[in-house]
Amino acid sequence: MPIDQKKLTRTVETLPAFPESAQKIISLTAKVDCSPKQLVKVIEHDPVLTMRVLKLVNSAYFGLSREVTSVNHAVIYVGINTIKNLAISASMTGTLPHRNKAGLDTRNLWHHSLRVGVLARQLAEERGVAASLLVNHFVGGLLHDIGKLLIAHTFPDDYRALLTAMETAQTDPQTLETTMLGITHAEVGARVAEHWKLPLELQHCIRYHHCDEAEVLREHPITLAVSAANRLAHLSEDTRIAIYLPEVVRDWLGTEPEQLLTQLDDPESEFQKAVSFVDVQ
Amino acid sequence: MKITLYGVRGSIPVPGKDTVKYGGNTTCIGIETPEGDQIIIDGGTGIRSLGMKLLQKTPVKCALFITHTHWDHIQGLPFFVPFFVPGTEVDIYGAFDPVYRKNLRTILANQMEYCYFPVRECELNANIRYHHLTEKQPISVGSAIVTPILLNHPVLNYGYKITCHGKHFFFTGDYEPPYNIYEPEDMEYAEYEMLIQQQQTQLANFIDACDLVIADTQYTPAEYPQKRGWGHGSHDTSIALAKAARIKTLVMTHHDPLRTDAQLDALAQQIQQRTDLPPHTRFEFAIEGTTYQL
Repeated sequence: MPIDQKKLTRTVETLPAFPESAQKIISLTAKVDCSPKQLVKVIEHDPVLTMRVLKLVNSAYFGLSREVTSVNHAVIYVGINTIKNLAISASMTGTLPHRNKAGLDTRNLWHHSLRVGVLARQLAEERGVAASLLVNHFVGGLLHDIGKLLIAHTFPDDYRALLTAMETAQTDPQTLETTMLGITHAEVGARVAEHWKLPLELQHCIRYHHCDEAEVLREHPITLAVSAANRLAHLSEDTRIAIYLPEVVRDWLGTEPEQLLTQLDDPESEFQKAVSFVDVQ
Repeated sequence: MKITLYGVRGSIPVPGKDTVKYGGNTTCIGIETPEGDQIIIDGGTGIRSLGMKLLQKTPVKCALFITHTHWDHIQGLPFFVPFFVPGTEVDIYGAFDPVYRKNLRTILANQMEYCYFPVRECELNANIRYHHLTEKQPISVGSAIVTPILLNHPVLNYGYKITCHGKHFFFTGDYEPPYNIYEPEDMEYAEYEMLIQQQQTQLANFIDACDLVIADTQYTPAEYPQKRGWGHGSHDTSIALAKAARIKTLVMTHHDPLRTDAQLDALAQQIQQRTDLPPHTRFEFAIEGTTYQL
């Protein structure tokens, strides 16, 4: 039975805002010489982020001899570089709910999302996309499956049934979603992105990351990159999955996907770095 | 205790005719108590010759304190021969990496993976124990007590104070005193300044009246403004430290790899001619092979 659209809309509308600070920190720290002053300002303007950073600094990992009580204090005590790295992780964790009753492995989903983020950014870089636009490629990859989380969170029973059906189904997951839920995770994700007022190209890339139509994919290059990255990520995660790339994605990549994976700048180690950031709680 | 400098160079080893006097090896300091306890700070390339010296009396038993795990402080470790000798006992102390959530063993073992080195960490014959430090929590090594304090650097960096028979020695590791990230007209400037002062006072109290301090002094005052934020001190910052903490002897180390013997001689002379030196402190430049007896 299709899920209750009204309940879905209500859930989307009551979601907390996408932390602007996460966006700002990601773009600030994209530059090696990012200004410490600006970074502290972004952290301090977000009370939740401030709390997370302070909690991490005061955790047993650091072994500090006294409590650090402000972001500035933390910068003096453990150095701006460490705080920068903590802020990146702290701003991204907590963006999405971590638990659900549907049996969706959120940890796996996060790892997959990070892998897609890292790959989308690297592919875009490889294809000569301007450095200033790379950040959004990463965020697009990170959020492309956010719809799954929202459905699992709001309709745990329906989502559990979907997961069970997927194990034996002969149809592709998107068709199955449409049949069983009346909506795809891509569409739900796009609505979340709309609610968060994310840039149009990000909304587009979340909505169409499974799309095969050349014109739709070409409309926003981020969609191409995330769509390609998503399929390549599945390739690194499970080699049994036959990788299908639409003609337009293949053209954009300019080479065979397996070949491309070996050309990129060690995406696996980039991914491990990203995981170590995000796993810090 | 006897403190010997086995490596005084920053960043990268620089062998050659221009570095014969001050030495080209990266950071390593050996400390021996009158009772024969062996303490080592950092495993830069200087640790290779220290290892050979220690092997004159086997079995080797020592405590190795790592200030931080940047290359120039750990790169000599695979060539520390006592690691390969059965019967050697080594306790390694340092910080857990809270950003990458890696323990000391993992970080050090990584540089001995097959792609970097033919012998893996787990194949070493020595009995090695790893310990993560908590700031200001003292560790006893024979008749000496070693106490770590966190000092600003791009990664967590511990400075170590060693006290033995009433004498005090301190090494900063790599250290740039924190600077104000705000402009004087910013609202936060005063608060930040106060926090810096607090940290400086805390450090000065911690090493007050130390007999010997070896401090990161990589840059000249003229170079420092371009290198701000890189995590290293300058002549000015080391002189200020000596002044604030009433240090008896301050040895300037972590020489920039570009610095030749002739340049270091000239800079040492320049420092002696400064009129703002605290009268109670003797200043000198670190020379590889020098031993200080406290």
